[in-house]
Amino acid sequence: MPDEGLRPRVEAERYEMSSKTQRFELGRRDFFQWLAAGIVVAGVMPHVPTDAWAQRREGEPLPDNIGAWLHIGEDGAITVYTGKVEVGQGVRTSLAQQVAEELRVDLSQITMIMGDTRLTPFDMGTFGSMTTPVMGQRLRRVAAGAHDLLLKVAAERWGVPQSRLRAEAGQILDPGSRRKISYGELARGQRLAQAVAMDDPLRPATEWTIAGTSAAKTGGRAIVTGEHRYPYDWTRPGMLWGKVARPPAYGAQLLSADLEAARRLPGVTVVRDADLLGVAAPTAEAAAEALAALKPRWSPAPSQTSSSALYEFLLNHPAADASNTQGDEELNAALAAASHRLDSVYQVAYIQHVPLEPRAAVAEWQGNELTVWTGTQRPFGVRDQLMEAFHLRADQAHVLMPDMGGAYGGKHTGEAALEAARLARAAGKPVKVIWSREEEFTWAYFRPAGVIKVRAGIDNRGKLTAWQFDNYNSGEAGIETPYQVAHKQIRFHRTEMPLRQGSYRCLAATANHFARESAMDELAHAAALDPLEFRLRNLRDERLATVFRTGARAFGWPRRKQRPGQGFGFGGGVEKGGRIATFAEIRIEGGNVKLEHVVSAFECGAIVNPDNLKNQIEGAAIMGIGGALFEAIEFADGKIESNRLSRYRVPRFRDVPRIEVVLVDRKDLNPSGAGEAPIMGLAPAVANAIFDATGRRLRHMPLAPNGLEA
Amino acid sequence: MQLDINGRSYTVAAAPETALLWVLRNELNLTGTKYGCGEGECGACTVLLDGVARHACLTPAAEAKGKKITTIEGLAQGEKLHPLQQAFLQEGAWQCGYCTPGMILRAAALLRNTPHPSEEEIVAAMNGNICRCGTYPRIVAAIQRAAREA
Ligand code: FES
Ligand code: FES
Repeated sequence: MPDEGLRPRVEAERYEMSSKTQRFELGRRDFFQWLAAGIVVAGVMPHVPTDAWAQRREGEPLPDNIGAWLHIGEDGAITVYTGKVEVGQGVRTSLAQQVAEELRVDLSQITMIMGDTRLTPFDMGTFGSMTTPVMGQRLRRVAAGAHDLLLKVAAERWGVPQSRLRAEAGQILDPGSRRKISYGELARGQRLAQAVAMDDPLRPATEWTIAGTSAAKTGGRAIVTGEHRYPYDWTRPGMLWGKVARPPAYGAQLLSADLEAARRLPGVTVVRDADLLGVAAPTAEAAAEALAALKPRWSPAPSQTSSSALYEFLLNHPAADASNTQGDEELNAALAAASHRLDSVYQVAYIQHVPLEPRAAVAEWQGNELTVWTGTQRPFGVRDQLMEAFHLRADQAHVLMPDMGGAYGGKHTGEAALEAARLARAAGKPVKVIWSREEEFTWAYFRPAGVIKVRAGIDNRGKLTAWQFDNYNSGEAGIETPYQVAHKQIRFHRTEMPLRQGSYRCLAATANHFARESAMDELAHAAALDPLEFRLRNLRDERLATVFRTGARAFGWPRRKQRPGQGFGFGGGVEKGGRIATFAEIRIEGGNVKLEHVVSAFECGAIVNPDNLKNQIEGAAIMGIGGALFEAIEFADGKIESNRLSRYRVPRFRDVPRIEVVLVDRKDLNPSGAGEAPIMGLAPAVANAIFDATGRRLRHMPLAPNGLEA
Repeated sequence: MQLDINGRSYTVAAAPETALLWVLRNELNLTGTKYGCGEGECGACTVLLDGVARHACLTPAAEAKGKKITTIEGLAQGEKLHPLQQAFLQEGAWQCGYCTPGMILRAAALLRNTPHPSEEEIVAAMNGNICRCGTYPRIVAAIQRAAREA
């Protein structure tokens, strides 16, 4: 990599936990200096333990002071401030629904301010399916606190006991005297700020009337009319266009460039500073011209591995802190005693997120204060990067995140923001940097490739007796098995990383479920057991068992093949608190794998917005088709060869099967996140269906990038 | 150079070979037309030239001269949304919405020639447009709804 300084190699999972926490202190901040009169309620709380959170093994707790806050204005408008961001997953709506529920107001009264580092409390970022379980819970508590405060204010005003009053449709009612007063009126002339302890009782999901419904997503009109401004669309008065010179291959060093030639062009600023060679110019065309005028010369790239040698590389290049790979004796004994044994190796390629909107940022300096509008899942993380790069205090760097065009774990970092800020500083004007698709493919980061070795054994009653699972480089998410087994050894081995790698929707859980659920299928066949029956026999997670049974019923498992080339398979698991079972019907036709029908059964506690949830599950299944069947990053000699959409295939209309989503609503359980887990059942379901259709066991993701080669 | 966009005439300064996409976005600030690939592979930049769907990223501005250019900003009639826009809202046919303008314009071109397309015809016509969020089934449903209700 050419510029280690500003581009730390991103590592899966550990990376998420490395952000510094910033405090947003109620006591020292006068909300009303910059807010109109009204009522402010801020939630102060320890983090809410949910299984989504508990699954993380290491890292910091969430900051324990203010998690979120809201303002009730004199006109009754409710503004909610959260550091989470909207990336298409629908949380702008589903969070507002939860606030509306606790506050007993109409959804249209609520405005969400999201991911603005000056206005919203610190947040680590929008990833890991934590928005619903953690932020949703917090906002519900803040709103419940506001609800109580409004009751109290009204009770004082009327001189009646608070217990006599209730809230309804944005008003406090006194049923005894038939008096009522709107929230706006209560807020009038107030400058009331209250911190609430976050243990107010919450409305049980069984009583929800706004949360729990398929409220239409807010902001839809701006989307269908093209009015919504994405980061790529952002402009500032007097703005210049920035472009950055990229090396032809990873590790190539800049030898020389004709800075003067570019500087002679009208209005052009040229920056050559440490690892950055870039230009800013009055128009995008002028910037392109200036960039070309630089005629940079680069050193040859150091020799490095390629995608064709990837898996050997991962197995042979342990990281310095790699764990051992010895099997333990009890496990070996259990394996030796098993009636049926499995010894399989699975591989998972590097893939990319390919958000349809590539990275973009506009940066503007005013003296020593920097404002950046950019597309990121971690506005506070990007702010930290900017603070570090320019030696700024937190109050000197301000990051705003206009709702962006997709992320899927791919936009945790602030590359374009840093580039724009560096160019803007030199030019003395605001600068916009937009990445091309080629830049996004090469200079963003990838979902880690990996090798997973599984050795397992079962006894003659179809019970798992031994389970050894070694994951090289993919990551730890979803590595634990939900199946009961007496002797197990489950390990993640760090290796050297051939490419810059980072987060991805569901992280390594897709790879680990592909391996595990394929292995379970292999074991079931070895023992001549129905794969569903085999799983249920070994499962101890009743919620997952329910989801398996629910999916099986909707799909009609077990199904008999009616045509040659037909095949059925399924896979599932638990991740981020969600339980997924995906069933697939495929057809092999002329060597191609065609998905015909997919059933996804899913349970994530109480459902906040069923239609949005269905949208996420469908979308996850469709995104999963790419990783399962054909997506793979090809690279050699420090160059990404699949660096365009014409060279990297993503799922299209034709690839989409009939998709059925079956939701299991558990109103007795707290909601957990749902944007990620539904992706991970698809790949094993398809692999198992291919085995069913052909008798061939494919253990490499993507399964059939060029169809099923003979 | 004069361009006729959404029924209005614009004078543009860009060189004639500049892609229409960048003229719309950078010079005229009509940012509803999106960039996704720059090579005709994603359809995010779809606009209509005399009612025919084109990739604005591959269309030199000069080629649009003398044609009626329709972008997503010109589809609604005042406050009244186009039936496709309405149908996308009703079907919740987006997540991030970045593909939506291109999808709607591509579908508008389809419905112009084939007012009642079969599902297969919809898939064939739309296959060049990518939705990375995977809202394809909803987009098909929205197009069917718009066809039904038109
Ligand atoms: S940007 Fe024109 S087709 Fe992708
Ligand atoms: S809705 Fe995000 S790309 Fe289609």
